[in-house]
Amino acid sequence: MAQIFHRSTNSLSRVTIYAAVFIAAGMGWVLMAIDRSPYTTGEGVILKQPVPFSHEHHVSGLGLDCRYCHTSVETTAFAGIPPTATCMNCHKTIWSDSPTLEPVRASFRTGQPLRWARVNDLPDFVYFNHSIHIAKGVGCVSCHGRVDKMPLMRQAASLKMEWCLDCHRHPEQALRPRAEVYDMAWAADDQIAQGAKLKREYQVRSARDLTSCSTCHR
Amino acid sequence: MSDEGRKTREVREIRERLSGARGPAFWRSLEELAGTPGFQEILHEEFPRHASEWAEGFDRRRFLQLSGATLALAGLTACTRQPQERIVPYVKQPEEIVPGRPLFYATAATLGGYAMALLVESHEGRPTKIEGNPLHPASLGATDAFAQASILGLYDPDRSQVLTELGTIQTWEAFSKALTTRLAALAALKGDGLRILTETVTSPTLADQLRTLLAKYPKARWHQWESAGRDNVRAGAKAAFGRYVETVYDFSAADVVVSLDADFVMHGPGRTRYARDFAARRKVRGKPRDLCRLYMIESAPTNTGTLADHRLGLTAGEIPAFALALAAEVGVTGVSRPTGLPPRMAALVSAAGAELKAKRGAGIVIPSEFAPPEVHVLAHAMNEVLGNVAPTPGPDQPEGRGTTQHSEPLEVEPIDQLASLKELTSDMNAGRVDTLLILGGNPVYTAPADLDLSKAFLKVPLRAHLSFEDDETSAYCQWHVPASHELETWSDARAFDGSATIIQPLIEPLYGGKSAHEVLSLMLDDPPRTAYDVVRAFWVKPLGDATGREPGTFETKWRRSLHDGIVQIALPKEGMNTPNSLGSNSLGSWVYRNPLFSILGHAAPLAISPDAVTRAATSIAATGIPATSVDGFELIFRPDPTIHDGRFANNGWLQELPKPLSKLTWDNAALLAPAAAARLGVVNGDVVEIAANGRSLRAPVWIQPAHPDNAVTLHLGYGRRRTGRVGSGAGFDANALRTSAALWSVRGATLTKTGETHPLATTQEHFSMEGRHLVRVGTLEEYRREPRFAQEMEETPPRDLNFFPGHPYEGYAWGLSIDLSSCTGCGACVLACAAENNAPVVGKDQVMRGREMHWIRIDRYYAGELDDPRTHHQPVMCMQCEQAPCEVVCPVGATNHSSEGLNDMVYNRCVGTRYCSNNCPYKVRRFNFLKYSDDTTPVLKLLHNPDVTVRSRGVMEKCTYCVQRINETRIVAERESRKIRDGEIVTACQQACPTEAIVFGDINDPRSHVSRLKAEATNYGLLEQLNTRPRTTYLAKIVDPNPALGAAGLEEAGHEPAPHGEATQSEAPRGEGEGS
Repeated sequence: MAQIFHRSTNSLSRVTIYAAVFIAAGMGWVLMAIDRSPYTTGEGVILKQPVPFSHEHHVSGLGLDCRYCHTSVETTAFAGIPPTATCMNCHKTIWSDSPTLEPVRASFRTGQPLRWARVNDLPDFVYFNHSIHIAKGVGCVSCHGRVDKMPLMRQAASLKMEWCLDCHRHPEQALRPRAEVYDMAWAADDQIAQGAKLKREYQVRSARDLTSCSTCHR
Repeated sequence: MSDEGRKTREVREIRERLSGARGPAFWRSLEELAGTPGFQEILHEEFPRHASEWAEGFDRRRFLQLSGATLALAGLTACTRQPQERIVPYVKQPEEIVPGRPLFYATAATLGGYAMALLVESHEGRPTKIEGNPLHPASLGATDAFAQASILGLYDPDRSQVLTELGTIQTWEAFSKALTTRLAALAALKGDGLRILTETVTSPTLADQLRTLLAKYPKARWHQWESAGRDNVRAGAKAAFGRYVETVYDFSAADVVVSLDADFVMHGPGRTRYARDFAARRKVRGKPRDLCRLYMIESAPTNTGTLADHRLGLTAGEIPAFALALAAEVGVTGVSRPTGLPPRMAALVSAAGAELKAKRGAGIVIPSEFAPPEVHVLAHAMNEVLGNVAPTPGPDQPEGRGTTQHSEPLEVEPIDQLASLKELTSDMNAGRVDTLLILGGNPVYTAPADLDLSKAFLKVPLRAHLSFEDDETSAYCQWHVPASHELETWSDARAFDGSATIIQPLIEPLYGGKSAHEVLSLMLDDPPRTAYDVVRAFWVKPLGDATGREPGTFETKWRRSLHDGIVQIALPKEGMNTPNSLGSNSLGSWVYRNPLFSILGHAAPLAISPDAVTRAATSIAATGIPATSVDGFELIFRPDPTIHDGRFANNGWLQELPKPLSKLTWDNAALLAPAAAARLGVVNGDVVEIAANGRSLRAPVWIQPAHPDNAVTLHLGYGRRRTGRVGSGAGFDANALRTSAALWSVRGATLTKTGETHPLATTQEHFSMEGRHLVRVGTLEEYRREPRFAQEMEETPPRDLNFFPGHPYEGYAWGLSIDLSSCTGCGACVLACAAENNAPVVGKDQVMRGREMHWIRIDRYYAGELDDPRTHHQPVMCMQCEQAPCEVVCPVGATNHSSEGLNDMVYNRCVGTRYCSNNCPYKVRRFNFLKYSDDTTPVLKLLHNPDVTVRSRGVMEKCTYCVQRINETRIVAERESRKIRDGEIVTACQQACPTEAIVFGDINDPRSHVSRLKAEATNYGLLEQLNTRPRTTYLAKIVDPNPALGAAGLEEAGHEPAPHGEATQSEAPRGEGEGS
């Protein structure tokens, strides 16, 4: 009976046996890389929205404050997505016949809400609260990135648990004076020193408190 | 468990063991006492009856299928991508709604016509959780299990969804046309032949509509029928005073209470407030004054009986004789003591009588709603002669003193409802009824069997039924109109103390249900008005009239009334009760300051007619003390403790809530005394045939310790023939034996063993803790002698005796204290917890496997002899141990210690090894063996609390101390840069508890309420000898028996070194904790 495999396959199998460890490690690395990639996390992905709303234009162009639209960011868990009526405050008169804004006008006309695609979407077992982060001096930009430079909204961070924990373990790297929370461009001279000072001043809880499971999961 | 001879032998053995036992053995079931193999199995398996094994049999093919599926799922589930979510903002955001922040609305739920004031939590327009209204004197923030569960009723997918005529779907317009056409024809006859049948009505608006209708159609008649009604209370008052009056008791002013079968903490319009006031007088703190002593004379065992200092179990037929003897003892004129009282009765009569006389003006004799009117007459006479009745207030008598007050009736039309139903039936049979409109209720199911209501129905040409579900009565009516839930409509109702609450809707009717107001408006108004218009229009006059001078104030007052949940009519500020403040704002002063009384009327001076007393006494004396065991069994009918008269039969929460005493779920049973069961040779689950009055039914037996011998208790409400998927097929219909001659008890029944068995799902043995001194009880005298008796029962290991480094608690440290003296075992906390924490319903089959998912269980212990044990309740939830055995065994770190001492459970990490549950000595962890949470039925999704994860299959869960409430409150406090105030966080169980038995708070703050309670001498922890350092601790139960009677069943309350049932311990291998 003829040999099924050529002799050369012997060396191939030897290499395979010796490389098994590296292959396994490599596969592990690939899995981890996939898990951290924007494909999985959604980081940087631009989603299709009913209206191509530009934060860049509204924030840096027109100078709107975040809270003009995200009204409940200081008081509740959810920052709030503006009702159609908020858009129409201006767009009744400005760009009132732009075809791009037709979905907004249609919503206002028919009473059917706009259906935005959620950009920053935490898993349902995570209970994130905007108001407490604002109150403790975490700037919008720390999680949402330079929204004022995003013509179309995208997720600025991985939103993985390690990313949350990084800050919960070392909050000083993200703390800023409360007055600067909504300022996209603000930067401290020495973030760590000032952050540590603010951490005491704002009575930010200890890393042990902030990394207890029930801080975020319940 | 099948060998009957063995079982009968076991009962005998139990007796022998009990009689030989030295200390009081605390036991949970007869099987535990007997140490049966079945019980041993339950004890030693983490989940009983092979709950952890594959239940439906197992073969090779199935095994391969499953292992293949497991491999595939294990590999693939981690690869799912998060689905794209949508954010759907409002078009125009309502002013008060902020997404993510719940709103609370004050409203009320009614049971038996009487209101319980509520605050309902609403998340963006969907009600999710019911709380009591702290501003309302009848609730003071507490609720009962019925109120907690009524939110599930709202979302019940089986409730009636369409209007039908003869089973075909019709429109509201078609119904309205049919009704108005008929009315037009009847108008010529002045309404002759028009009959309205309602349940008990306290709603002022509905009353106004009904009266207008009767004025418009003078020959029409209004009938009332409430199955678990208060006919005896009304008849008793009428006999005593010549007219109907409402009697309200102020337990906060009472030093001694004699209850003649009245389960006042669980049943009746004043139950939550009575429980609160009574429990407040039973709390032992520091150096206590004497407790409010309770003598309980009861037939079917009640929760009130479990609180009593002295309990006497009598058959229902013997209770009038006891009342007569007591009346003679306290000196009611025209009454003489019956002869031939058994010694136990005589002793109790003398002791209770003496104490009532000694504490003149501070006693209460409270009769049961189920006791015959004669007992009520005697009770009124006793309260009168003992000076307990408060004088009628006048200009110079501003505040009532005394414990018992009479007022004008709260019911709109107090009548003898049974007579009313009988009259309706005979008129229907005689063909005098042309149109019958049934507004609520299910009379075909609830009416006494001898009336044969369904047959009479068929002689009525037009029948229409407004009801919440398509039930037995709907089946006998041409028209069925779906009723709106009380959370969907406008209405009003009055609470037991007279205050009125406007019922406001939280949500539009889910299925287009209509309220009674709207049906009546069809008949009265052209065009018909909405319920809102009807209710609002009614209140214009009472609210407007009170101020008159200032036009435009109606709107303010109306809004204020809606906001506060209590109608504001020149309400004096000091009349408002706040939680935790009894004292001068006690119920008595509230009732007297309640301005509704001055509008709707205080009772004018009342005098008890001596003739009535004599008549009652003669009538009771003529019957005498019924001879025992000559004329068979006495049947006692009672509304079911969890599904009431059957109206909650389709409510899964209430079906699965273990009955407070039997711990049965999903079934009713014929409750029998152990002695009677032994005579009949039956054990739990044996089906007996019960025959009485020529009728019979088959029912499974449940042996109920403390039940009077020669009597059988049957709970109403089960055996529903036409209801939803939840209630169908559960239990038997006790109404089949209930006749109009004997609504609440009948003698002369026979029981025959059939040889069949029926599986009963009881939780009494589930999650048993094998340990010592779980429930600790002492007398007040013992407490005064040795306040730390409870702590001395077990050794607590020193804090540093720990292999692991301890956890520091620098900030808050959450703790819970449960006062066993106050716990009535009502179960409100269990359902409040289920509602708050999205706990699922698992069904009877799963309960039998020990898989119920309640985070709180209320362990019910018996102590003492089999026939007359003392009963104790002990709520047990996660103890949040500081040195938690569960945490160290989790292989995936799914349960962790938080910095504030909570044992956090991380569902998304849990892989379901169940090691934690195995290692938990308290058995408080619950495992999702199957996917119990219903997240597919669309309407049930609305019910979920958005702040708590809905758990899926294969995940362990347990009490979290309502961590979502802790976090929410902490965030508010942190935003305001302050500490959380004591009492700011209220757990769901604490909030629902009518008796304030549960207190939560920060134990690092020595001034907090919970810290002060934990510093009490009676404070102890469960199984503290295991060095788990539980954060939940208990205050030992203190009772105060009358020294003249001896402290039966309480001597050496656990002072023996090893007094736990010898029976179980002699055979059980010792647990690891017992060596410490």
